[in-house]
Amino acid sequence: MTQFGGVPGLVEELGGHGETTVVVECGRLREAALWLRDEAGFNFLSDVAAADYLGWDRPRVAGYWGNAGGRDINQPGSWGLPAQPDPRPHRFSISYHLLRLESGASEAPRIRLQAWFEDGETVPSLVPVWPTADWHEREAWDMMGVSFEGHPNLVRILMEDDWDGHPLRKDYPLGGEPVRFSGEE
Amino acid sequence: MAVTEPRTAIYEGTRIPSPVPSILQVDPALREEDDILEVNFGPNHPSTHGVLRLVVELNGERVVGVKAVVGYLHTGFEKNMEHKTWWKGISYPERIDYVSFQNNELVFVLAIEKLLGIEPPPKAQWMRMLLCELNRIHSHLVWLGTAALELGAISMFWYCFRERDAILDLFELVTGVRMHTRYFQAGGLAEDIPVGFHDECRAFADTMMKRVDEYEALLSGQAIWLERTKGIGLLSAADAIALGQSGPVLRASGVDWDLRKQQPYLAYDQVEFDVPVYPNGDVFDRYKVHMDEMRESTRIVQQALDGMPEGAWIVDDRKIVLPPRHELHTSMESLIHHFKLVTEGYRVPEGEVYVTVESPRGELGCYVVSDGGSKPWRVKFRAPSFVALEATATCMSDALIADLIAIVGSLDTVMGEVDR
Repeated sequence: MTQFGGVPGLVEELGGHGETTVVVECGRLREAALWLRDEAGFNFLSDVAAADYLGWDRPRVAGYWGNAGGRDINQPGSWGLPAQPDPRPHRFSISYHLLRLESGASEAPRIRLQAWFEDGETVPSLVPVWPTADWHEREAWDMMGVSFEGHPNLVRILMEDDWDGHPLRKDYPLGGEPVRFSGEE
Repeated sequence: MAVTEPRTAIYEGTRIPSPVPSILQVDPALREEDDILEVNFGPNHPSTHGVLRLVVELNGERVVGVKAVVGYLHTGFEKNMEHKTWWKGISYPERIDYVSFQNNELVFVLAIEKLLGIEPPPKAQWMRMLLCELNRIHSHLVWLGTAALELGAISMFWYCFRERDAILDLFELVTGVRMHTRYFQAGGLAEDIPVGFHDECRAFADTMMKRVDEYEALLSGQAIWLERTKGIGLLSAADAIALGQSGPVLRASGVDWDLRKQQPYLAYDQVEFDVPVYPNGDVFDRYKVHMDEMRESTRIVQQALDGMPEGAWIVDDRKIVLPPRHELHTSMESLIHHFKLVTEGYRVPEGEVYVTVESPRGELGCYVVSDGGSKPWRVKFRAPSFVALEATATCMSDALIADLIAIVGSLDTVMGEVDR
């Protein structure tokens, strides 16, 4: 708890699998990032990964989910879980994977900067801290619907500009493309 | 390999465009006084290495504005992988970067193994390393062949693809498939190394050193090649780090950084190799890094053949690894294990990990979340090509239209990986 005790807005510091996760308050993400870059020397942003935990707490049934027509292909089938996973504080997490990169160094220290938030909350953009966050955050917006505050160009990147929805959300179906002539009209 | 010349500043200050780091915007004053021509480069163009679209704004021959548009090859790998068991998911990452398939496969398998807490036997580690290095040579050959082709060196394409084919033959010998081999299993390898592979592979490694010299003889002293690559597409070390560049692009900007050295995985700490670093941050230095890396990879392949340990090629854990085929006829327990593994798959303990390897294109990362079930909850890849394309605007800041091809080529992007 000592090494990252000074991170602004620190909620908790977690370990596991030899990795360090620093969880901070979502609103103070940029302060924390600046601290980690300038005070702790994590000068390289490797990746930005958003994750959706909708349905994380739902009891897993063994088998598949059905609907009136039979098997629901948009609900992932399950074999049940031996134990329920630990609850998560909010629906979404965003993880910034940082690296201390020094030319010719002998090791590669890494850290995960993480924040939790609900649908509709905004996340401070880290483009002013690491320019490389530009496309990563556009991808998180496009795929997961994370809206970043202070991003200079927050538009879709992988999907078409007029696409509906955010495909990597858990409530977005796998076969989600609307069928043009479905007979309903 | 040390920096070959004294390091000088590539340019003063930073050239990263502001406020949007990935878009080079036309100076409004210039737009007032001159004719600016907007040209759509791609998405279907032979020298875009796939389906990259660049919206280029030209003032005469000079590139004054550029914006990369990606997403034409988006296939939803990450979404699909959430719906497949861990075991079946291994074949997806290979298709993400279809030129360096084994490295992509490796990063996902390493992530599963980290969550499961299993360590593959030494033979599997060494064989994985050998195949990953062959794959690096393969990837660099495809890069060299196509990048040189675009700049007019047509013969390079045929020479490179001759050696590439020899590597694919080796993959076929080991795995039965030429590309997308799916040879790495969680816990080791899918099969033992076949008889005859060592001889074939050694014969290839012996010729490869000479081949790289031949490529260099064709290009490194050639006036047209030098004119078109030297001093083009500059990227300083500070800008490269700020833009998240990795791999050959970063090393050509004078940064001595290779995850195989700084963060050794597999058996990279047991073999000798050098990390080529060049100081000028231009297209030529990126080419030189690629050439030297092919030599270093060949060295690793030779050492891996010499030092390949004997023994098991996969861990003996029946909850994760398929039982040997012959046991299915005699052992009820093996039959049940086989059935359970193929239908349900193995369960991976709850947790999240981020695993990185040095792919031919740079830092390839895989973030995986497991809820304790037999399918991943979330998979996210950190694709080095995706990040490399962010640097196009910075590299183009004083480019001519003809340099654009050389610069995009030198960033060594694979669009499958960019769009995933």
